[in-house]
Amino acid sequence: MKKEIPLAITFITGLIIIVTFFIPHQPLGTMQQRLLLWYSIVLGFTMLLGMDSLLRSNIRKIAKRSPGWPFALVLIIGFLGTLIVGIYTWATSESLLSLGSSFMYVYTYFIIPLQATMFSLLAFFIASAAYRAFRARTMEATLLLITAAIVMLGRVPIGAEIWDKFPLIQDWIMEVPQMAAKRGIVIGVALGTIAMSLRVILGLERTYLT
Amino acid sequence: MKFFEKIANIDSRIIYLLLFIVVLIPVAFKLVLPVRVSEPVQAAYDSIEKLPEGSVILFSVDYDASSAPEIQPMLLATLRHAFSKKHKVLLLGQWALGLPFGEIGLNEIAPQFDAKYGMDYVNLGYRPGYRAQMVGMGREIRDFFASDYKGTPVDSIPLMQGIHNYNDIDLLVGLEAGQAGDEWIQFAGARYGLNIIIGATGVIAPDMFHYLQAKQIKGLMGGLQGAAEYETLVKHSGTGIAGMVAQSYAHLLLLGFILIGNVGYFVIRRRKQA
Repeated sequence: MKKEIPLAITFITGLIIIVTFFIPHQPLGTMQQRLLLWYSIVLGFTMLLGMDSLLRSNIRKIAKRSPGWPFALVLIIGFLGTLIVGIYTWATSESLLSLGSSFMYVYTYFIIPLQATMFSLLAFFIASAAYRAFRARTMEATLLLITAAIVMLGRVPIGAEIWDKFPLIQDWIMEVPQMAAKRGIVIGVALGTIAMSLRVILGLERTYLT
Repeated sequence: MKFFEKIANIDSRIIYLLLFIVVLIPVAFKLVLPVRVSEPVQAAYDSIEKLPEGSVILFSVDYDASSAPEIQPMLLATLRHAFSKKHKVLLLGQWALGLPFGEIGLNEIAPQFDAKYGMDYVNLGYRPGYRAQMVGMGREIRDFFASDYKGTPVDSIPLMQGIHNYNDIDLLVGLEAGQAGDEWIQFAGARYGLNIIIGATGVIAPDMFHYLQAKQIKGLMGGLQGAAEYETLVKHSGTGIAGMVAQSYAHLLLLGFILIGNVGYFVIRRRKQA
């Protein structure tokens, strides 16, 4: 029964969602809305599971003094610090998002700079990687190199200052060859998603049970 | 030979340093370059411009700090445009860590147009499970957002009277750094016919072009360039226009490095063959 009950729940729920999507009239419409709400609530609880998993694995790292354990300690301190400030702000302010609140202070002066710094570093690595990778070794690599150069110039104002046709060529690249490839990928992904969803609903794909 | 070997293998630290200088100088000296407005951004602008006064626009803040330099200027420019046309603004976020950016944007722009909270704009906040929420809001917004971000019941907010589902919303402005843009188009656009314009990071924007060509979205702002173009249209220079100068010179520098790297590579290869 350990397998049969989850499979039955998946089959019945999947079937109801598909039917109610195409026939949103009563009573199916109300049923769909209720299931969507359940989905939203269940997803909210999965965040608790995520927190539990994150804390457990990092506390274990610290306890075992695994390599990089000080980073785990920073994570735990950051997590608990943000949680405490969040609860304090929730208790004392109109909202967590109130400008000037303690939580917004943490957000503005810790979270934003940390996230922005992590992402900004990418620009330097990408610059170095592009310099090393963009070598015209083959015909395909040369084509990629020329296309990238045109797009890079066409996407910035200085490109139009150098030659006013750069933005137009860039537009054409984005709207014709790029889109043709992208559309093929999107159609392939959509067909794959439908096939996989049907396999899950029909119980042919059971890896999620393990 | 040594010279060509050197230019084919420049130390990464030199690239980092020059890139830092090239980005810093335009920002520090506030250099400006003329911005050409592309058709997708003009179409996005027209979507707001052509709405009758008092139309309801839903803003979805689906990004966080890592993408904010590209997308926050779009939020500010589109909010400025919406408030200047006296449209009503609803704002929600599908990224929990991005929602404060929506609140920061509203607090910056709304007072400039004397817009009042609850009368002219509302921040609905964040709820988990965005796919379900996008489908469910087509039937009743209150099922998912019973209160705003402060916990005020939506029914007690004057602006929300008569706004129940997508039939009561004239346009969605999706500001996207991930998958949520696709979902808005597939669930709210395709199923309920909601008019949508998208502002996306430079990485996500190419994924949106097929929706634009199929007319599933009305307009598209792509990357910092898209933000700069919208700022040009609303005639208010912000960090989009300022940032594009830095990005312009960074692209030029990078192309220069790629060019000399290839020169070094070809000379070395030819000499080895000879």
